[in-house]
Amino acid sequence: MAERGAPMEAEILDRVQESPSLFTLRLRLTDASLQSAYSFDPGQFNMLYLHGVGEIAISIVSDPREADTIDHTIRAVGRVSKGFAALKTGDRVGLRGPFGRGWPLQAAEQHDVVIITGGLGCAPVVSVINYVSQRRERYARLNILQGVKHSADFIWRERYDRWRALPDTRVLLAADAGDALWPWHIGHATDLFGQLDFDPMNTVVMMCGPEGMMHRAVQHMRKAGVPAADIWLSMERNMQCGTGHCGHCQYGGMFVCKDGPVFPYDRLQSLFGRTGF
Amino acid sequence: MENVADCFLARPDLQQLFDALLARDYDVWGPVARDGSIVFESVESVDMLPVGLIDQQDPGAYRLQETGNERVFDWTNGPQALKPMVFRPEVTLWEVARDAAGGLRFREPARPAQKRAVVGVRACDLAALYIHDRHFLQGESPEPDYRAQRQRLFLVAVNCTRAGNQCFCASTGDGPQARYGYDLALTELEQGFLVHAHSDAGRELLSALPTRAATAAEVSDAEKSVRVAAEQQRALPSRDLRDALLERLDHPRWKETAERCLGCGNCTAVCPTCFCNQEMDQPSLDGGHSEHVRQWDSCFSPDHGYIHGLRLREDTAGQYRQWLTHKLATWHDQYGRSGCVGCGRCITWCPVGIDLVEEVQALLREDAHG
Repeated sequence: MAERGAPMEAEILDRVQESPSLFTLRLRLTDASLQSAYSFDPGQFNMLYLHGVGEIAISIVSDPREADTIDHTIRAVGRVSKGFAALKTGDRVGLRGPFGRGWPLQAAEQHDVVIITGGLGCAPVVSVINYVSQRRERYARLNILQGVKHSADFIWRERYDRWRALPDTRVLLAADAGDALWPWHIGHATDLFGQLDFDPMNTVVMMCGPEGMMHRAVQHMRKAGVPAADIWLSMERNMQCGTGHCGHCQYGGMFVCKDGPVFPYDRLQSLFGRTGF
Repeated sequence: MENVADCFLARPDLQQLFDALLARDYDVWGPVARDGSIVFESVESVDMLPVGLIDQQDPGAYRLQETGNERVFDWTNGPQALKPMVFRPEVTLWEVARDAAGGLRFREPARPAQKRAVVGVRACDLAALYIHDRHFLQGESPEPDYRAQRQRLFLVAVNCTRAGNQCFCASTGDGPQARYGYDLALTELEQGFLVHAHSDAGRELLSALPTRAATAAEVSDAEKSVRVAAEQQRALPSRDLRDALLERLDHPRWKETAERCLGCGNCTAVCPTCFCNQEMDQPSLDGGHSEHVRQWDSCFSPDHGYIHGLRLREDTAGQYRQWLTHKLATWHDQYGRSGCVGCGRCITWCPVGIDLVEEVQALLREDAHG
């Protein structure tokens, strides 16, 4: 990447309300030559700019093969993201990126894949699931384990139905609390670890979500015999520059924005689970 | 001491150094006594230099004292290093205007190219500059404003012949003698200055000065006074405290120190290697235009680790531990060395006098461990 510069202008082509607080913006860079030059890896993120308000780091959920558009699923939780929630089709925003290092999707080929997410719908791994399902023959057994706090938080139900129908694919869903129409497990996602189907010595695990959940999942995978270097986590920290200069995203000696946000567990384990870092 | 210079510039000729720099279109900055401390400012005449002044530094205290002698570089350092000149406290990264159709027009400001010479830079300041060069310039995305400011610098170093009470640069391997990253270096003697050139620009400038070859006695005097400055110093226990500190993340000392620490961030502001900065928008009142700026930030700010409703380090103990373990431990992972250059500023300018050297010694004391 060249010297850090100003954002590129992007237009909102489409806006989808996924749940009361989650929405997806489909963007296209207004400069056609910049859009055609733009490429990314699943797991990377962009800094999206709202005029006069500021920037936020948002992971890219679309498939890298979709060369015309760049999709971002955003949760309206803070000052900037709530501003983004009010935008409409045709509005213009700024975009810098892509930043960081993504998922080990090449290294995972021919391996079993275990994808674990928790909390609200987890956009960074949805891009991985989409990527693997579009190239299903390159990967061995596929396991998708998702936990949500309440069944009402569960989005993209039809996608999970589609993924469940893929060959050699197991989809395990859990809600801490569920309504009458929730057909899957009521309880913690960790209750379902025993139902995962993988060869610990030939598996790549990819996870994102709250660190407490990831910590329990890592312990389980380690106990099952998966090497630390084969367990990959997407970390979330305060990111302002995306280029490793502003210092806010430091995790021990790493800059999450440029050394991550996706890390193998062996690089995180000396601090992982400790508060204050 | 191979770099102690071989030319001698008599004290009355020091003005010619400033004149030669001015003649080469440099904006010349040098040390000036202002508001009770030594700061770098624009200096055109040696009359503005802090003649006969030394700085008395103690934990939480900085005082200038008159010595009555003619020396101009017996002070050791002030609250600034080169940091505010290259990593400026506030910079506009880009501007954006919204047109009538809602389109956003982004523009990067021009980065001024005025050449600047700084006289009186210390070895610790040069070491810190080298660290900032690594941080801001040597990654995949160089920082444009830092690069613009950095490219125009001509540095006249001064080898320290007096150590301050808080100096420990010899123990970090960074001083008191300038060894790299400068154009000219001066060592102050009774009658004048030994001058050593370390770059092509430095050699060219040196050739314009009325120097003569230094005598063996002058060279030996200079070596001795720099050696004495090293011997006068206190010391960190080791240059590499990485594992020692990371093994002590649960040490009771963190909480004890937090009871004294005000969380003010003075240490990070005066530290010549602290690089954290925050980005924010400054929109115009009519909303049509906005500037995106970066400002110095501090890991002692409660929002430093903020993510969507969660502050990663709410308490002072966590903030102080983050600062010290980054500076002395995880900095090694990032830049292959510690982030401390032994200048002692964090000790002097701490309003409650928390002493980094003493904190490290307390953390390493085995009887308090675990």
